[in-house]
Amino acid sequence: MPEFGELLVIGGGPAGLTAATTAARLGIYTTLLDEQPAPGGQIYRGVEEAPKPRAELLGPDYQRGARIVQAFRASDAKHLPETTVWSLGPDGKVGILRDGQARIIQASRIILACGATERAVPFPGWTLPGVMNAGAAQILLKSSGVVPADGLVIAGAGPLMLLLAWQYLRAGVRVKAILELSPHVNLWHAAPRLPSALLAGHYITRGFRYLLDLRIGGIPVHFGVSGLRALGEEQLNAIEYLHHGRCHTLPTGQLLIHFGLVPNTHLTEAAGCRHIWNPGQQCWLPATDDWGNTSASGIAVVGDNATIGGARAAEHAGHLAALEAARALHRLNTTERDRQGKDDRGWMRDDLRIRPFLEALHHLPESLLATRDDDTLVCRCEEVTAGQIRQAVREGHTDPNQVKFISRCGMGPCQGRQCAHAVAHIVADETKRPISEQTPFRVRPPVRPISIAQLATLEPSKESA
Amino acid sequence: MFRRLTEPAGEIVTVNIDGKDVQVPAGETVATAVLVSSVGYTRTTPVSGAPRAPLCMMGVCFECVMEIDGIPNRQACQVRVENGMRIRRQYGAGASPVA
Repeated sequence: MPEFGELLVIGGGPAGLTAATTAARLGIYTTLLDEQPAPGGQIYRGVEEAPKPRAELLGPDYQRGARIVQAFRASDAKHLPETTVWSLGPDGKVGILRDGQARIIQASRIILACGATERAVPFPGWTLPGVMNAGAAQILLKSSGVVPADGLVIAGAGPLMLLLAWQYLRAGVRVKAILELSPHVNLWHAAPRLPSALLAGHYITRGFRYLLDLRIGGIPVHFGVSGLRALGEEQLNAIEYLHHGRCHTLPTGQLLIHFGLVPNTHLTEAAGCRHIWNPGQQCWLPATDDWGNTSASGIAVVGDNATIGGARAAEHAGHLAALEAARALHRLNTTERDRQGKDDRGWMRDDLRIRPFLEALHHLPESLLATRDDDTLVCRCEEVTAGQIRQAVREGHTDPNQVKFISRCGMGPCQGRQCAHAVAHIVADETKRPISEQTPFRVRPPVRPISIAQLATLEPSKESA
Repeated sequence: MFRRLTEPAGEIVTVNIDGKDVQVPAGETVATAVLVSSVGYTRTTPVSGAPRAPLCMMGVCFECVMEIDGIPNRQACQVRVENGMRIRRQYGAGASPVA
């Protein structure tokens, strides 16, 4: 038996935890690798240690995470926290870094559950200190009870804005305004999808509750905002935006931005899995079957790492991928896998009925995704502007990867995690070719920065010695 | 500028942020401690020297890199505070850890 067992699960959010718990229950020798010190992922960050008042403030959806973490802790799955995964090959070999020690490990099956990250949408001033992702601010609240000291503005698109504002309202933090940047026309596209969404109606009820509470709390919510700019020299001191054809300036030292989520596809891309552009979610997704299997043999991907579906759907997907691993490892036959997965498939389908509605409601216009402001930085690491990217395209570098080679955008420490989508949107805009025809940045190991000294700690693996 | 909703309970450690000793809860991330201590920006960029501060708090964006215990380019959002830790704003690519 290899030291790391039959199944490696990478990522400790609801998808990974459920997959590992289920697999261990089915008798599979399972190891879960996670970058965080404690299980829960970003959605349930700090859930084991959150004091009761904070957990109550965050709401019942957050508290649900405690049960998932408890079930995982009670299982036989091995847990390796604070472990960075820096490579994944098509052969299933995984490069990890733990306590400064690099290793290459392997198991019969891999389930990727690396979650999602907030979509980076460049706009003027977005690199100023004082501008932070809304999800990042929510992590501060979840893990440490830390909140903006002098009020804040939330801008962007998507349901997280309302949830976070509602949590701040309950915590007594001053929210100066919520600016929704998806255009009014989205309502017309979302309306026909509402009847189906009502089948997952608890999400809609909750959205209205947040809106109502925010209204009662006197927090202005503006829809159809455009032209967002962050102003300041060394620090944000105000924002500017267009609403109903008028330009507004609002003094604030803190702007929280959110433009929906995109899956963390660095590992699926490094492993050579096939990816497809998803026009609803406006991002590339790894292609999977109903059980999470990717195009790479023995590698599955689940939860928001596979498709943005939220925490509940992620649990079901994790359960299903574990059943499929059990089938592949001869613990279950196909009939038994299908029988045990029937309920989760149904629940997942029902839960995901909200998604087409939300995707249409918060669809971002190309004018926002492919900024026309030439001075705006797109690659934050290498400081490449939209103008430089457009110039590279005009000079004949008509593919995101060519633009990367010529301009260095996407070559900094974040390895294109922030700018990959924005570059592809700008290239699509400049070449007048749809983004679905663009090739995303190629990803090669190491997918996380690792020092030469750390790499030098690699030893020949016991199995190959 | 960030603040704590409640006074930290439980174990407290002392870290030094840009020359100032600060008491923070054990186990929290360096980035959290720094944001509460009102340092403003946490690094300047190697290319233009522009000021930056933490953006994603989940290890993705690398905006929060700081010099921690003499080693530059460490992600402040991924490193947890330890008693006696020296945390410094990072200028540009950061000084070499080798003296």
